[in-house]
Amino acid sequence: MLLKGISVSPGIAIGKVLLKEEVTVEIKRNEIHDIDTELKRLENAMEKSKNQLQELYEQTLQKSGKHEAQIFASHAMILEDEGFIGQVQSKVRLDKVNAEWAMKEVSEQLVKMFEEMENEYMQERAMDIKEVSMKMLRNLSGSNDDCLKQVNEPVIIVTKELTASDIVQMDSNNILGFVTEEGGKTSHSAIMARSMEVPAVFGIEGACIKIQNGDKLIIDAANGTVIVNPEQDILDKYGDKKQKLEKRMRILSKIKGTETITTDGVKLEVACNIGLPEDVEKVIEKGGEGIGLFRTEFLYMSRTSLPTEEEQYKAYKTVLEKMKGKQVVIRTFDVGGDKALDYLEFPKEDNPFLGYRAIRYCLDKRDLWKVQLRAILRASVHGNAKLMFPMISALSELRLAKEILEEVKDGLRKQEIPFCEKLEVGIMIETPAAVWMADLLAKEVDFFSIGTNDLIQYTMAVDRMNPHVAHLYSQYNPAVLRSIKRTIDAAHEAGIWVGMCGEAAADPKLIPILIGMGLDEFSMNPSSVLEAKRIIKQFSKKETEGLVDWVMKMSTAAEVEGFLTSIEKTVDLG
Amino acid sequence: MKEATIVLNTKEGLHARPAGIFAKAASKVKSNIKIYKNDDMQNAYNPKSILSVLSMGAQKGDKLTLVLEGEDEETAIMELKNLLETDLDE
Repeated sequence: MLLKGISVSPGIAIGKVLLKEEVTVEIKRNEIHDIDTELKRLENAMEKSKNQLQELYEQTLQKSGKHEAQIFASHAMILEDEGFIGQVQSKVRLDKVNAEWAMKEVSEQLVKMFEEMENEYMQERAMDIKEVSMKMLRNLSGSNDDCLKQVNEPVIIVTKELTASDIVQMDSNNILGFVTEEGGKTSHSAIMARSMEVPAVFGIEGACIKIQNGDKLIIDAANGTVIVNPEQDILDKYGDKKQKLEKRMRILSKIKGTETITTDGVKLEVACNIGLPEDVEKVIEKGGEGIGLFRTEFLYMSRTSLPTEEEQYKAYKTVLEKMKGKQVVIRTFDVGGDKALDYLEFPKEDNPFLGYRAIRYCLDKRDLWKVQLRAILRASVHGNAKLMFPMISALSELRLAKEILEEVKDGLRKQEIPFCEKLEVGIMIETPAAVWMADLLAKEVDFFSIGTNDLIQYTMAVDRMNPHVAHLYSQYNPAVLRSIKRTIDAAHEAGIWVGMCGEAAADPKLIPILIGMGLDEFSMNPSSVLEAKRIIKQFSKKETEGLVDWVMKMSTAAEVEGFLTSIEKTVDLG
Repeated sequence: MKEATIVLNTKEGLHARPAGIFAKAASKVKSNIKIYKNDDMQNAYNPKSILSVLSMGAQKGDKLTLVLEGEDEETAIMELKNLLETDLDE
C-alpha cells in the first residue's frame, strides 16, 4: 500500500512501525464550590509545566541548538499569557467549573482562531496552543504516561500529530523516521526532524488507521511517500537506494573543506550567491570558497527609506569579516524595472526589463549611488572585497561608472578615510551587447561575471515568466553557449578571470562544459556547493575541452541537452 | 498619546520566536499599548500578550501602527518602533 503526504525532512527510512496512539483524555465538566482550591491546583500545574518547559529548553539547547530551543521559551510565554492562563483562571472563577474544563474550552477557542487564519504558518501555530494545553491537562490529572520515552529498538514513529517535546524526549538513536497525519513543513516538529536528519513525511490522512503497530514501512521522503508492508523486491530496491544515498551523503560531507581541483590538477573556485549578511552562515556551513555575488539590492528592500552609508558599511564589513579573507564580490544595487522600491520614484514602464534599471538608474541618480560606493570602499579594508557593476551594455557606461568611483575615492582620500586602493572592479556580462564588446570591456576591468539568468533572457529575447515562450529559455541553446564561450575567451585573452553567478553555474549537466570552456569561478546557492564540487572533481580539464568541441558543433538545445544528459549518466558514480 | 507606523522587516513575520521577543519587550512598558495592522482600526491587538501578537498574523511588509498612552510613552514608542524595524529573526 502506498500513501502520499508532504515531505518535511529528506531521506529514506526502512523499519518497523511504532504506532503512538493518541491519548484522549476525556474531560468532564464539574461544578466546583471551592474556587480557591481549584485555582491553587491550576497554579501548581502551571508551575510544573513551566519547570518541564525549562527542562525541555535546556535539553534541546544541548541536542539541537538555540533556534530549536527557543520553541519551548515561546511555549512558556504562551502558558503565562494573560490571554491563555488568565482566561482559564477567570473561567474557573466566573463559571465555577473545574480547571480541566476551563483549560479545554480556552484552548479550543484559541486553536480555532489560529486554524481559521489564512496563512499556513499561523495555522500551524494552533499546534503550539494544543501542545501547551496538553501539557497542562496532563499535569492537572497527574498522569504522565508517555510511550515515546520507552523506545528501546530502532523504529519508525507513526502518530496523529507530533510535538516538538515528543521528539526531544525520544532516544534519537532509535528513531528511523516519522510519519504523521497532521502538520506541515514549518511546524516545530518538522524543523526538529530536519535538524536531527531523520526522514519524515507528514500530512498523511488516516495514517494511524491504515498503518498498524509492527508493520514494515518504507519512507521515501524525497517523493513524500510511505510504503506499507512492501514486497521483498521493493524492499530490496529501497535498501539499495538507501545505501547509495548514504554513500552520497558521506562523499559530500568529505568533499566539504577540500580544494576544488579537476583530475588533472586545475584549481577552480566554487563560491556562493547571497542577498543579506546573515546568508553568510549558510555559505560557511556548506564550505563555499567565496562569495561570487552579493546582491546588495536586498539591503534596500522591505524598508521605508534608503539604507544609510553607515548601515551599508556595517553590512559589507560583517560579510567581509565573516568570510575571513576569502573573495567577496559586491554587486552595486540592481533595482528598477520589476524590482521597484516604494520609497524611490520609478516611472511606470511598458518594458521594465529593457528600461530604467540597474547601472542605468545608478548612473542617473549619482548622489544616491555614491552613498553605496563610499560604504563599499570603506568596508574594503576589512577583507577581500571586489566591486561589480550590473547590466553593462556599453563601454561608455563602464567608463562613466569608473569615473564616479574615482570621484568617491578622491573624496575619501581628502578626508583621510582608508580604503583598499587595489580594489578590483568587474562587470556582469548579461546583455548580448556586452558579449559582443567583451574583448574591449575586458581591457578595462579586472574580472567578468556571467549572469546567465538575464543573459539567456536577453539573448533569446524571451520572458521566462511567460509560459507561452518559456520553452525557448534554456541554457543549452547554442546561442547562449556561444555567448558564454565568447565571453570566457575574451576575458582570458585580456588576462582577467571570469566567473558565473547565474543558475546555470550549478547545473550538473552544464558544469563539465563550463570547465572545458575555462570558467574560473562558479557561484551558486549555498545548497548546491557540495554537489558542484563533487562533479568538478570527477572531470579532467583536458577531457572537458574535448566535450566542448563536440557541443559547439551542435545546432539545437535539444541536441546539446541530450548529449550532456548521457555524459552525466556515464560519470555519475555517486 | 504617541503614534508610530512601521513596515515589518522580520523575514518570516511575527511568528512564535519574534513575537515572543516583541511581547516580552512590550510587557516591560508601563503605558497602555495598542497595535493595528494595515490601517484596520477596527481591530486593536495587545502587544503585551504573545497570543494577541501571534493572532495578528503579521507578515514581512505589513504596515503596523503602534499607539501608546501613559507615563513612559515617549521613550517606549521609540524602543518598540526600533525593535519592529530590525529583523527579529537574526
